[in-house]
Amino acid sequence: MIEGLAALYIFMLAGFTGYEIISKVPVILHTPLMSGSNFVHGIVLVGAMIALGIAENPTQQAIGFVAVLLAAGNAVGGYVVTERMLEMFKSSNKKDAGEKK
Amino acid sequence: MSILIQASYFLAAVLFILGLKQMSSPVTARRGIQWAGAGMVLATLVTFLAPELSDNPQALTNYALIIIAIAIGGGYAWVTGKKVAMTDMPQMIAMYNGMGGGAAATIAAVELLKAQGEVASGAPTGDRLNALGLEALNTHPETIAQAMGTDVAILAIIGAIIGTIAFSGSIIAWAKLDGRLNSNKLLPQQQQVNLVLAVLLVIVAVSVFNTDSLMPIVVFFLLALVLGVFITVPVGGADMPVIISLFNALTGLAVGFEGYVLGNAAMIIAGTVVGSAGSLLTHLMAKAMNRSVANVFFSGFGTTTVATADAGEGGGSMKEIQAQDVGIMMAYASQVVVIPGYGMAVAQAQHKVWELTQLLTEKGVKVKFAIHPVAGRMPGHMNVLLAEAGVPYDLIYDMEDINADFANTTVTLVIGANDVVNPAAKNDPNSPLFGMPILNAELSDNVIVIKRGRGTGFSGVENPLFLLDNTRMLFGDGQKAVAELIQAVKEL
Repeated sequence: MIEGLAALYIFMLAGFTGYEIISKVPVILHTPLMSGSNFVHGIVLVGAMIALGIAENPTQQAIGFVAVLLAAGNAVGGYVVTERMLEMFKSSNKKDAGEKK
Repeated sequence: MSILIQASYFLAAVLFILGLKQMSSPVTARRGIQWAGAGMVLATLVTFLAPELSDNPQALTNYALIIIAIAIGGGYAWVTGKKVAMTDMPQMIAMYNGMGGGAAATIAAVELLKAQGEVASGAPTGDRLNALGLEALNTHPETIAQAMGTDVAILAIIGAIIGTIAFSGSIIAWAKLDGRLNSNKLLPQQQQVNLVLAVLLVIVAVSVFNTDSLMPIVVFFLLALVLGVFITVPVGGADMPVIISLFNALTGLAVGFEGYVLGNAAMIIAGTVVGSAGSLLTHLMAKAMNRSVANVFFSGFGTTTVATADAGEGGGSMKEIQAQDVGIMMAYASQVVVIPGYGMAVAQAQHKVWELTQLLTEKGVKVKFAIHPVAGRMPGHMNVLLAEAGVPYDLIYDMEDINADFANTTVTLVIGANDVVNPAAKNDPNSPLFGMPILNAELSDNVIVIKRGRGTGFSGVENPLFLLDNTRMLFGDGQKAVAELIQAVKEL
């Protein structure tokens, strides 16, 4: 599905994309953004599900189970804490805008 | 079915990138995480339909295991994530990040074990590899590299190293920030030991590539686990955010590599985007602290400098002051600048500080907040904490904007901050902080430092600011001290 060279291009383009996205971020958002990017690599959950899904014996199933467990923690935890932080930013932002006007 | 799955992964990747993009502005940030969240839900749901899963003879058991694992892991993270205090956010991020790294490593473990199983049993290369269109070998594979394909094996192994180090390292980072592990020293000559270990790890990794047996794989993962621990333990508390950010980037990279192993484009894209974004973020943080990333890793912060710390000029001593006097001083000031540090947040004093600010503002005093780039435990962490207390943005100033203003400031209130106002960073080349940009608190007419005791700060470095003639120390718990200040101002 993904040939070696095509994958190399994907790596390259995705790398530049990540760099571009971050380069214009104000310092105040660094922590939420780190948390947000931490959430995004929670996509490892998909891989973990496949790894467990293709497991054929108990050893592989056990390791795959750990993989899904950890990945689900990454994805859910990353989302919850990021959302909580950004929620506060939103409300204080509104107040800020209100006071400036 | 395959088209539906691929289209969903594609859409998820788009949502991740757009989500991250939106997270880079405070106005759209919340929508950003929600978009990314939608992408994650979509990708997870369609993965249940993947033919690799349903074609497996163990499909039913595996489906059940997947659902149970998601319920346990997700449930645990949901509860802890909802509960964690804002001050403890950095170690929680480290923890979740470590879980991601561990997941990437375990995926690699499953793949390597499968390949090893094929080699050992003498079976031809698996159907799944054929289905993925990877170069299937007609002959019986003799090594893991042959069973998986050379490129896949290389990335699986590199991803496994990175993911495992990020896993054990993040756990150590969590334990250190959470106060469960205070030691900075594990072994004498730690750096040399680490180097030997790293070389050993590379050798074992190469042997995994060429092996047909189980043992090298086990040794390989154990070595990587230990290396992650050894790398992180010597890192000083003040450098922890850089390490966490670096592990975040590394996990992204590991996820990207394992994505290639599994032929999953969504993982490749999301992982790589995080890998590069995280690397840049790490660099920005290290720059704000005037440390190079290599420096953070290879020199135990503070360990070489503690001895020279008190050997400074030795002039002056700390002068104490009472809350009443500070109250008077502040109430009649023209401008007060508050420099909050992590200590303020630990003492839960930010709400009181905001109350004091409102009180002073009513009296016509101009109050500003000065935020150092690394205030708190991570860049931006202090902004989160102040936002939680309800401090509006237009009172909060970055270092560049406020530094020229200290000369016009009557009172600078340093609360729970230490290293970020240490003038040694400017004028003492022997100080480990030397060169780090700081807030010029010492230029204001009066400096009031609220501090629990006489000890040194997070980095363990002495602060000459406390000994200056225009500095007064207000010893006590942050929250109580500010409450006394409020009382004092009210009584006037």
